[in-house]
Amino acid sequence: MTGAIWNLLLALAWVVLSGDFTGLNLMVGLVFGYITLVLIEPQVPALGGYSVRLPRILRFLGFFIKELLLANLKVAFDILTPPWHMKPGVIAMPLEARSELEITMVANLISLTPGTLSLDVSDDRKVLYIHAMFLDNEDELRRNLKEMESRALELFR
Amino acid sequence: MIDVFKGIFILSGAIFMLLAALGILRLPDLLTRMHATTKAAALGVILIMLAVALHFAQVGVVARAFAIIVFILMTAPVAAHVLGRAGYFVGSKLWSGTVKDELRPNYDPLTHELKSGMETEANARRQPRETDAP
Repeated sequence: MTGAIWNLLLALAWVVLSGDFTGLNLMVGLVFGYITLVLIEPQVPALGGYSVRLPRILRFLGFFIKELLLANLKVAFDILTPPWHMKPGVIAMPLEARSELEITMVANLISLTPGTLSLDVSDDRKVLYIHAMFLDNEDELRRNLKEMESRALELFR
Repeated sequence: MIDVFKGIFILSGAIFMLLAALGILRLPDLLTRMHATTKAAALGVILIMLAVALHFAQVGVVARAFAIIVFILMTAPVAAHVLGRAGYFVGSKLWSGTVKDELRPNYDPLTHELKSGMETEANARRQPRETDAP
């Protein structure tokens, strides 16, 4: 978090010093700020691994957008063609996320990808109940969900 | 070139919204309908907002378009979850083609207790909650 704020401050300093107040120049400033932070990071423990975290977040965004589009197309195909290919069902997924924030984020991400909708968390917060639309290959679905969860948790830990 | 991208974004956004509407009409039960409406509609809004940001290309408009995208991404899944959960527990029927339901056997409609199926002896007892009747 401190890393992100410093990156923004450096970018603003770049914009002010170069005197070119456009969005593009702000982007340039953000890139230069990031490079600076990568260089000084070994000496500043307060940054807390910012240089590793940012690419991780970007990679997660790319992965998530890919999943979102693919799954949306799958649901769209099923809506458009007359016979139902879907096999809906409710499955229980064991959670690795522990704190409230982590569970909320994981449940939200699962709800956002089409084909899965988080229904409820068990009272002891160990299991997330998910309504899935395509259960033809349950093992693969579970593996995908697990991968998404572990990737999301990487961002917090 | 940018015009082509704008066109693609707006058209695909509109198509996804149309699909969401079709989904409400065609899909058989509440939960599958929630799938179609919230996600396809959210993706549609996101694509259209991207096209808006590309078209105007001013700082104010772009910032607002991204704010809209972020708020849609934050609120859509919460709304879908709450509607689906309420519908499920109130007892809306699942479609006849539903393959399995791992939630129903773990749910106690009298105490509203939801087990995980992973309880040990130690924590199997129900924890009292604020909403309980005295």
